[in-house]
Amino acid sequence: MYDNPLTKRQTLTQEVKFSARGVNVFYGDSHAIKGVDVDIEDKTVTAFIGPSGCGKSTFLRCLNRMNDTIDVCRVEGRITLDGEDIYDPRVDPVQLRARVGMVFQKPNPFPKSIYDNVAYGPKIHGMARSRAELDEIVERALRRGAIWDEVKDRLDAPGTGLSGGQQQRLCIARAVATEPEVLLMDEPCSALDPIATAQVEELIDELRQDYSVVIVTHSMQQAARVSQKTAFFHLGNLVEFGETGQIFTNPRDPRTESYITGRIG
Amino acid sequence: MPLFWLVLIVLGLAVAGYVAGRGRALRLAGGDSRVLHSLPSYYGAHVALLTLVPAFAILCLWVLIQPLVIENRISAKLPETAIAESSTRALVMSDVRRVAEGLDVAVAAGAMTADEAAHMRSELTDVRNRLGAVGVALGSDVGPEVLRAAQAYRALAARGHLAMTLVVLTAALGGAGLGIARSRADFRARNVVETAVRYLLIFAATVAILTTIGIVLSLVFNTIEFFKLYPARDFFFGTTWAPSFGGGSELGILPLLWGTFYISLIALAVAVPIGLFAAVYLSEYASGHTRAIAKPLIEVLAGIPTIVYGLFALLTVGPLLIRVFGADGVGIMQAGTAVMTAGLVMGIMLIPFVSSLSDDIINAVPQSMRDGSLGLGATRSETVKQVVLPAALPGIVGAILLAASRAIGETMIVVLGAGAAARLSMNPFDAMTTVTAKIVSQLTGDADFASPEALVAFALGMTLFVITLGLNVFALYIVRKYREQYE
Repeated sequence: MYDNPLTKRQTLTQEVKFSARGVNVFYGDSHAIKGVDVDIEDKTVTAFIGPSGCGKSTFLRCLNRMNDTIDVCRVEGRITLDGEDIYDPRVDPVQLRARVGMVFQKPNPFPKSIYDNVAYGPKIHGMARSRAELDEIVERALRRGAIWDEVKDRLDAPGTGLSGGQQQRLCIARAVATEPEVLLMDEPCSALDPIATAQVEELIDELRQDYSVVIVTHSMQQAARVSQKTAFFHLGNLVEFGETGQIFTNPRDPRTESYITGRIG
Repeated sequence: MPLFWLVLIVLGLAVAGYVAGRGRALRLAGGDSRVLHSLPSYYGAHVALLTLVPAFAILCLWVLIQPLVIENRISAKLPETAIAESSTRALVMSDVRRVAEGLDVAVAAGAMTADEAAHMRSELTDVRNRLGAVGVALGSDVGPEVLRAAQAYRALAARGHLAMTLVVLTAALGGAGLGIARSRADFRARNVVETAVRYLLIFAATVAILTTIGIVLSLVFNTIEFFKLYPARDFFFGTTWAPSFGGGSELGILPLLWGTFYISLIALAVAVPIGLFAAVYLSEYASGHTRAIAKPLIEVLAGIPTIVYGLFALLTVGPLLIRVFGADGVGIMQAGTAVMTAGLVMGIMLIPFVSSLSDDIINAVPQSMRDGSLGLGATRSETVKQVVLPAALPGIVGAILLAASRAIGETMIVVLGAGAAARLSMNPFDAMTTVTAKIVSQLTGDADFASPEALVAFALGMTLFVITLGLNVFALYIVRKYREQYE
């Protein structure tokens, strides 16, 4: 239909959600992220692409301070969420993670029932005043996760008994149940088959209506399909960041071009 | 040839067979091991197995059966006149064996020639003195029948031993020869070795199971003996434990069971929270450095012999408790030995069991579970309480049950720390005793082994066994029911 649909994709400029300036990350002596500057917009899907070990997952984990759980990890530079420095000593990383949800590479439902999996976050943050309200939150989250119809009759069944794709959508539902502002996804489809991947991608596109979504992916097709902005990481550097259409059709940096045409990576 | 040398020779043959089998297979393959069906070492192992297994099987059977056969033949030849002097045939036979062994010792020490030992006549020689000179003390003078029987015993044993040596060596050589002959390039030596490994493993498992059955049977028969002498009703429902070795004992198990239960309860009340919290700290909060130092330190507790814990209870904890709860303090404790003393010390002993096992189990919970919970904005303790511990629960219950079995079976700490009085009391500062401690005191006394006072030990042991078994079955049920599966 289109000669080049990517370039014709409409992108509205949204307000900036995350802003990173001069971010350096060290694991002990190794320098994993080197001076990254990036602005992540609200109600936009931003994809991080790059070869394995280029630091894209590490940078993603800086955004909700999950790297704090690793002893040897050290983060330098400034990352702000809505203008507030998230590495400020006054910021409680636990509260930050409630605002910035995360979905992991491998589906990791808790060994609890489907209901309890989704209700976990709302219960911890005291979001529901009554059981009925909690039921409502759980249903809304499961609908958001596009899995409600499949599990509504067996909410008491263990979450680990679902198929891989269902588990991942359950994890997404679990993440959106706490009403985060940003959703971080670390290769959410790498353990899924093509059909489940398609379902999750469709879901990501819907989630864009309400959230800022940041997705790390190894699949360039996936980045092209779901994202509006793309950042290319290479050896810890942010090589290029821009409109997805522009990155994939008219990359400015020769390294980006080599990667997306398959010469490096 | 002594047994030791025979075993060594068979082992030597096996090694030689290994080298020969391996060499032959390689030679037939023209030195190219890729032509062989299996790796060269499998051909060697196959020959070694064929050498060892039949030879050792024959050796073991022979060593077990030969004494029985000789015993029967000598016993049958023993004239009635020899028995009339002593009491029974079995007693005379034990004399015969003793003299035969004595002659062996004398020959080995050089005090007698082999010929002399074989043809000596009791009418001409004082056998008792001659054997006494080499350190074999005999209870009475040796009669001519006994001496002749002993000489016949020795002769038979020597012949049997020679025959055994020959048969075992033949079996070893035959096995080695067969193995070497079979070591051709297309022979599936690896499969043979694999089968042998499987049978070895089955054998090991069988030994463990049969031993358990043997232990249970030995308990069961003696328990039945006991219940023939003492009514089961009085044993299970009697509230008094008063054994008197003159007879007329009251042997009610309830005070002992109560003591066991009470002490174990206090021990678990100490060990489970402390052990579990220590495990959570070590696996979830401590840095790698702290953990590397703290975990071995806690495990040192498990290496302390229980008698040392007993001394600790008797000399330190008891006096400490009595200063607070004794006559000068609260006034509810009469002596340093009490349920509380033993329970506290036993609890300390159990801490490493609970903590070390729980720590391993908590570490086995996938990191992705913690990431998932932390990523939703849960704190560490919320993550531990709601995700990690439920996922680790079956293992933790297992750890606690292991600790409970240890507590129920513990003896030394009770003997030293809890006193010896069997009583039913709610006061944890009273002296009480447990089933295990009483088993020891009943079996180490002077009671006739056929009396109910001694046999009661087996009934106590059986009861304890049934209780622990029931506990384990119950725990398995709980674990299955509440298990939260991850992957």
